[in-house]
Amino acid sequence: MDYIDPHLLQSDQLKNLFVLLKKKGYDIIGPTVRDRAVVLDSLADPEDLPVGYRDRHAPGMYRLENVNDDTCFSYVVGLESWKKYLYPAYQKLLTVQRTKTAFTVEPVENKPKKFAALGMRPCELKALAIQDTVFTGGEIKDTGYMNRRHDVFIVAVNCTTPGSNCFCTSMKTGPKADAGYDLALTEVKDGNEHYFVTETGSPAGADIVTALKLKQAGDDAIKLAQKKLFEASASMESKLDTVELKAALEKNFDNPDWETIASRCLACGNCTMVCPTCFCTTMQDDTALDGSSAGRLRLWDSCHNIEFSYIHGGSIRNSGMSRYRQWVMHKLAYWVDQFGTFGCVGCGRCITWCPVGIDITATARQITGPKTS
Amino acid sequence: MAKTTTKPMAIATVADPMLTYTFKINRVIKDTMDTFSMELTPLNGEFTFKPGQFNMLYVYGVGEVPISISGDSAQSHRLVHTTREVGTVTRAMRRLKAGDTIGVRGPYGTHWPIEKYEGNDIVLITGGIGLAPLRPVIYHVLANRDKYGKFVLLYGARTPEDILYAKDLEKLRSRFDLDILITVDRATGAWRGNVGVVTQLVGHAPFDPMHCTAMICGPEIMMRFSIMELQKRGVADDSMYVSMERNMKCGIGLCGHCQLGGHFVCKDGPVYRYDEIRDIFSKREM
Repeated sequence: MDYIDPHLLQSDQLKNLFVLLKKKGYDIIGPTVRDRAVVLDSLADPEDLPVGYRDRHAPGMYRLENVNDDTCFSYVVGLESWKKYLYPAYQKLLTVQRTKTAFTVEPVENKPKKFAALGMRPCELKALAIQDTVFTGGEIKDTGYMNRRHDVFIVAVNCTTPGSNCFCTSMKTGPKADAGYDLALTEVKDGNEHYFVTETGSPAGADIVTALKLKQAGDDAIKLAQKKLFEASASMESKLDTVELKAALEKNFDNPDWETIASRCLACGNCTMVCPTCFCTTMQDDTALDGSSAGRLRLWDSCHNIEFSYIHGGSIRNSGMSRYRQWVMHKLAYWVDQFGTFGCVGCGRCITWCPVGIDITATARQITGPKTS
Repeated sequence: MAKTTTKPMAIATVADPMLTYTFKINRVIKDTMDTFSMELTPLNGEFTFKPGQFNMLYVYGVGEVPISISGDSAQSHRLVHTTREVGTVTRAMRRLKAGDTIGVRGPYGTHWPIEKYEGNDIVLITGGIGLAPLRPVIYHVLANRDKYGKFVLLYGARTPEDILYAKDLEKLRSRFDLDILITVDRATGAWRGNVGVVTQLVGHAPFDPMHCTAMICGPEIMMRFSIMELQKRGVADDSMYVSMERNMKCGIGLCGHCQLGGHFVCKDGPVYRYDEIRDIFSKREM
């Protein structure tokens, strides 16, 4: 957890960061409290941040509490992930106009306003890197994703208060961001002092540090920040042993315990919606009432839907068990074949937002069985 | 030590891969009760593909489906698709007439690597509409007949009336340089030919198991039994190719629907050498 050339952003300078980013043309998107949850939305100033809020997580449980301190990032993660901005849940792909004898196809202009992602967690940063690979790593690239992603300025915030469903240390994605950001902050509240140890990850980030005239961080501040992150790592109780995990899962494809675990699964698809890496989509065609025009929409889809694998004659994955197994196998085994990493970053959202509290780490343990050393 | 800095993502310089292109329908041929072929004129006059590849075909306002290309890959000025009417989109597609427009994007997926097996006997095993994705192979082998050994087509249909490209097959049967064995599940009318499943034909088909390449396309159960019959004759697993079918919404590996274990059937398939997917081929509900 080394800090290279870290600076200090005092808590009262946070508003300067907001002003500067806005001056540079960024819409600032970050965490804010709405409907008793932390959600992502456009932020006007630092007061929109979830100041003084903590969230408690357990399988199938989420509670937001106001503890009345002045920390901005003491929550863990909300249900939403950043994918909703880069790969929207509803995306119009085409507009099709009918002419007398034929039709013409027009792409939908995708010129999103550039935005700064403030408060991206290290696990979310890794999820972003994973989605970059999914959408742009192959021969054919998702051009809409590329264009939305192009201008994003990332202010990552390291995790000093992990939740009880978090297992980022197991997935090696946190609690400290190691790459992929423009700026990375570690929030430190020590008595009357309240500041952010700030690291730069890009020339654009360095420009901001210079423009804000941030001072170099002293050893004490760095040590405190490091200590907080070490404590965060150490306090993480949820774990997933990833050693030989893929092979062990594949070997247990026919394990009857899949049925046992999946008998609780409602196939609601919550886990896939909140997962920051899940990328499956379906298409929807709509037509004007007079038939003069039609559109094609791309919507988030879930492998838990029975029609997901439908081909003429029936669905490939007909049983709920097979669909639950597909989701877990994709995250922890098939993803490695497809993209070279796990499809899981250990953010714990699928556990928190599962209505029946199925825990993917417990599933992996149960399916792969006790390890013989 | 210098820290790695973040580079911004490049702006896309190519067209959206989900953009469909409008092709004119030249001719619609009714092949059987539920199957029809469309001959399309490519937008820019040319469309090149390899045998076994597929296109995403879009019917205005209804939707898009993956359909294999069933024409001759040597004829780039016309594109042929043979479709069986099984769902909403294909039903709407069947109502299209000559002069209408259809959306096309592709070609996608892997192909039957026929060019790699010159000198070998070529054995095609197929059932029903599965003949359509193999027809480009037939065109290719016939056009390059001297480059291949024996050429065998084993084909199964439900009834004599369901035999696809029946006139073409009849014409081909009159040639002496290939063997066409056809069987039907149920004989009707004046059928005097084979009755039974296509896999029964494998055992006595005239080819050299040591020097052949088999290409199989049909329902998974039919492919499974065909493979077993080929294995019985001593054909090696790496001499067999199969074409897999899965739900596809995008055709380019982004929508996730076609996953088969670690494969995206749309881009890693649909054509696989059997030994590459042997371990997962028969896994139920994978």
